[in-house]
Amino acid sequence: MENNTDEIRLPLIGEKVPEFEAATIQGTLRLSDYEGSWLILFSHPADFTPVCTTEFIGFSEIYEELKKRNTELLGLSVDSVSSHIAWVRNVKEKMGVTIPFPIIADLNKEVSKKYGMIHPSQSKTETVRCVFIIDPESKLRTILYYPLTTGRNMQEILRIVDALQTTDKHKVATPANWKPGDPVVVPPPGTTEQAEERTKEGYDCKDWYLCFKKL
Amino acid sequence: MINMPCVSPDGKPTQMGIAKLNALKSGPLTPKELADATGHPMFRVRSGLRELVSAGYVKQVDDKYELTPHGNELVQ
Repeated sequence: MENNTDEIRLPLIGEKVPEFEAATIQGTLRLSDYEGSWLILFSHPADFTPVCTTEFIGFSEIYEELKKRNTELLGLSVDSVSSHIAWVRNVKEKMGVTIPFPIIADLNKEVSKKYGMIHPSQSKTETVRCVFIIDPESKLRTILYYPLTTGRNMQEILRIVDALQTTDKHKVATPANWKPGDPVVVPPPGTTEQAEERTKEGYDCKDWYLCFKKL
Repeated sequence: MINMPCVSPDGKPTQMGIAKLNALKSGPLTPKELADATGHPMFRVRSGLRELVSAGYVKQVDDKYELTPHGNELVQ
């Protein structure tokens, strides 16, 4: 049996994410440099590939919306800084899109391994399409994984950021297909007494465990 | 490190580095104050300050950053 000493550890939701220092196209950055803001750390398989190019255009298109939400973007692949720079320049020249956020050059796979971004059954040499949404206290709030062949949905990423920030601000949950402006879910009661009272508290209740309210 | 947006490979500050040094001319600032003064995002202020400290243009005193004599000489 092969003895694999490179343990892949996936950070879990709610945990503080691992610190790193990495070379990017905007200088050497640490995870802790982002404390105080939300961060979307995402990986892509490789520069100069078609699906990744469409994704980078997509991420650039939502960048200003993310900034309004105190949210930064940080890309990653196992390509070099020079490759990233050449690709970013090419996207600007051929597609007219400026990539405004840094991209990690994870040549030694140090960050990829810390974040479980390499799935050997997909590729032993490339990162899959991961999205880690990290809050201002450096805690992991959402993990998304997409295979190499499926480009990500930027509106869903934006929607998740909105949902997480709404949850933090109002102490509520968000139902299926929620979008900003829709009713939110009141956290379910934890005791029989609270359950009894819940339907009398003025919420739009379908039953004691499912109550909505408008913000 | 291979690329330093605030300090060139020859050790001189870049335009982004100069902007931070200029903002520190009026006195010591926290990273947040420096971000507000320069319009640079916090992650770039923190990484840039590391480079400027390492190159000897800036030093940290408690939670603020101030110009060293070398940094002061450059922006005066």
